[in-house]
Amino acid sequence: MAASVSVRKFDAVIVGAGGAGLRAAIQLSEAGLRTAVISKVFPTRSHTVAAQGGVAASLGNSEEDHWHWHMYDTVKGSDWLGDQDAIEFMCRKANEVVIELEHYGMPFDRLDNGRIYQRPFGGHMSNFGEKPVARSCAAADRTGHAMLHALYQRNLKVNTHFFTEWMALDLIRDADGDVLGVTALEMETGDIVAFHTRATIFATGGAGRIYHSSTNAFINTGDGLGMAARAGIPLEDMEFWQFHPTGVAGAGVLITEGVRGEGGILRNAQGERFMERYAPNAKDLASRDVVSRAMVTEINEGRGCGPNKDYVMLDITHLQPEVIMKRLPGIREISIRFAGVDPIHAPIPVVPTCHFQMGGIPINYRGQVVAPKSGLSEVVVPGFYAAGECSCSSVHGANRLGTNSLLELLVFGKSAGETAINDMRMGRREHKPLPKESIDKTLARLDRLENQKDGTDVHETRLALQRVMQKHAGVFRFKDLLEQGVHEIMAVAEQVSHTQIKDKSRVFNTARIEALELDNLIEVAKATMVGAEARKESRGSHVRDDAPDTPEHPDGRDDENWLKHTLWYSEGNRIDYKPVHMDPLTVASIPPKKRAY
Amino acid sequence: MSTRTVQFRIYRYDPDKDAKPWMQDISLELEETERKLLDAIVKLKAKDDSISFRRSCREGVCGSDAMNINGKNGLACLTDVDDLKQPIVLRPLPGLPVIRDLIVDMTQFFAQYHSIKPYLVNHDPLPERERLQSPQDRDELDGLYECILCACCSTACPSFWWNPDKFVGPAGLLAAYRFIADTRDQATSERLDNLEDPYRLFRCHTIMNCVDVCPKGLNPTKAIGKIKDMMMRRAV
Ligand SMILES: Cc1cc2nc3c(=O)[nH]c(=O)nc-3n(C[C@H](O)[C@H](O)[C@H](O)COP(=O)(O)OP(=O)(O)OC[C@H]3O[C@@H](n4cnc5c(N)ncnc54)[C@H](O)[C@@H]3O)c2cc1C
Ligand code: SF4
Ligand code: SF4
Ligand code: FES
Repeated sequence: MAASVSVRKFDAVIVGAGGAGLRAAIQLSEAGLRTAVISKVFPTRSHTVAAQGGVAASLGNSEEDHWHWHMYDTVKGSDWLGDQDAIEFMCRKANEVVIELEHYGMPFDRLDNGRIYQRPFGGHMSNFGEKPVARSCAAADRTGHAMLHALYQRNLKVNTHFFTEWMALDLIRDADGDVLGVTALEMETGDIVAFHTRATIFATGGAGRIYHSSTNAFINTGDGLGMAARAGIPLEDMEFWQFHPTGVAGAGVLITEGVRGEGGILRNAQGERFMERYAPNAKDLASRDVVSRAMVTEINEGRGCGPNKDYVMLDITHLQPEVIMKRLPGIREISIRFAGVDPIHAPIPVVPTCHFQMGGIPINYRGQVVAPKSGLSEVVVPGFYAAGECSCSSVHGANRLGTNSLLELLVFGKSAGETAINDMRMGRREHKPLPKESIDKTLARLDRLENQKDGTDVHETRLALQRVMQKHAGVFRFKDLLEQGVHEIMAVAEQVSHTQIKDKSRVFNTARIEALELDNLIEVAKATMVGAEARKESRGSHVRDDAPDTPEHPDGRDDENWLKHTLWYSEGNRIDYKPVHMDPLTVASIPPKKRAY
Repeated sequence: MSTRTVQFRIYRYDPDKDAKPWMQDISLELEETERKLLDAIVKLKAKDDSISFRRSCREGVCGSDAMNINGKNGLACLTDVDDLKQPIVLRPLPGLPVIRDLIVDMTQFFAQYHSIKPYLVNHDPLPERERLQSPQDRDELDGLYECILCACCSTACPSFWWNPDKFVGPAGLLAAYRFIADTRDQATSERLDNLEDPYRLFRCHTIMNCVDVCPKGLNPTKAIGKIKDMMMRRAV
């Protein structure tokens, strides 16, 4: 491997070219700052491309809407763990950033009057929770694709400088804790370069690949979180993961809720419509977390289908073929392609599937990374910014509403960019001298991997990690499984520190990349497991058997003890907490109450 | 059918150690649930970590894993192993320089895409709200904006093979038409000027390979035809 490291100086480096990174890049490039955008893949291959449903904004194009209603829904959806200042900021900014996107050329669908088409989406209501409202701005069922391409195209217009197929490896911090850039690997050549900057913005996306079954792309390995954690930055609320009830078993590809809306029924191995036992009224159309938990209970109690009894069936064979062809053509295609069954004739094997990471690198609503320091819970880490799924602002709290994350990318991508520009303009950020040790850290990591003998296999170790997470920190959490899970994930961590690759080529070495990604996945997995074990209540997506629904604690939520954010530190595998921001920026606080729809 | 054995012949080339490319014969046991060609290649890599290819979304939306499969370009993640004749012959996309194994250098493909200025141009002052567009006008973009830049089409196009530096190729021309067709875009005549050249547009001889291989079912030839029509009308 390259022993010498060259240094490249930029005003700013943005790691990640998904929706969040590209939005931040527009800001910096328009401001004329020398900006490098680093991405593991060509920008339009980032996972934002897979988003389907839409992006939320209270434009009110087809009926009355208001950002304050959107804010209320988001706070409630978060099960009150969301920071109300950040939520107000996001909901108020939504119209502005969505209109900008339209000006960039995004091909939104249109209403007859020429305005952006909006559709209703789960949890988005008018008048403080009264009835559903059309708030999701959409381009067919390809909103993410349309948005990512529009943002990339805008970046071409403003001449952003891309480093495509480069992988950032480690964060560079000096003795004061200031962030001075990243080290990165150029895939094609195997060269290592240090990007020396005044501002470093992480937009590396989610880490859905810590679970065995995931709607996320192969590249979603939580690199930004791993880099931050190794550099001493805590990760926030990592125990909160959203599971979607219906991912195709084995493949993980998403099957929309619309299938159950058309009359689809979930069945166990006995052919029983089991949801009748769990949700007598709403049945198969109960909320995402309720359905996911019911499915897992069936599987855990031995009523799953298939040779390993590890999935259930989504049955629409009783529907008229014409209905399926007309209303669910895309789903039929996915089912034929990824499950090998035509749903007209046979049920689709489905399993609750990891979908979205609510936690991440702690930021404030300006996009600055914040961490505890000298007794204060939130002190800005100079030179470091983050946005998108890798960050935790925290607008999603314990549970995200659909369409709020594409919005988050735009709002916080933009604000991180603006704040970084401001910090530089105010002269607060100059190129501080690069400390040699941080580069050594990267080189040591690469050397270890290069020279490992009798080590562990990357593929097997990653599989072990994913299986532990799936079993011990899945949809439904059990006290004893979580306690065991902490031990098991630490055992996997030990294996990760001895991974070995056979391929030693310098050129586009994907074996090396996968090994380096595993170093990041394990940090996220530990944070999730340890945070979940420690949080002794049920809230949003985190539901424990020993924190059941009681009169004192509806749905098992315990505001008195647990209305607080988890902070996990890699060093010492240590947990800390910080308060939730209950105060919005301008409006009155929305006080906690039982979450019912 | 529980497991099955599948034969592969894979193009291998690592410039770090191979003097020239070679073909590797491998056989692989696949479980019933492992249906897609991408599943199979990922499994091959688990056994031999030096096999190199790109992949990300594994659902046909990111455009990473285009390759030449039994002589035809396609996405590994959307291709069923059982539909393929064995041995399954995998090669990098034709016509572009090979970096390693199934990974090609896409620089020229993207340079052509960039050359058509793939972004909205509108000189009017920015309105406070969205620019209006009727649903019918918006429908004109269907079949154009869905392109995932996988390069299956351009690397199946003989005209692109001979002149990758001069002929824009089907993907780039599809994108050019996407902006011409957008009622919000005001640069149609500059866009046509940009293609007014013996090579950039007119090297397309309507061979239709591009349509045949597009994994998203798009029709670059039709878009190219429309641009040519506009050129003609403009000329008279
Ligand atoms: C199937 C699916 C459907 C969804 N649908 C919706 C929806 O309808 N509405 C909604 O609001 N949300 C939806 N979501 C969620 C939303 O799409 C994601 O949260 C969001 O796209 C994440 O964007 P991002 O910019 O943070 O990261 P990504 O788009 O994942 O981009 C991450 C970027 O970081 C780069 N990167 C990562 N690590 C490194 C490294 N080490 N070095 C260099 N570069 C690196 C990658 O190359 C990539 O460019 C959906 C998610 C999924 C999985
Ligand atoms: S139709 Fe034109 S662009 Fe398409 S393959 Fe043929 S020559 Fe190439
Ligand atoms: S037109 Fe089709 S084949 Fe060509 S790049 Fe786009 S998606 Fe791929
Ligand atoms: S892996 Fe994304 S298109 Fe095949």
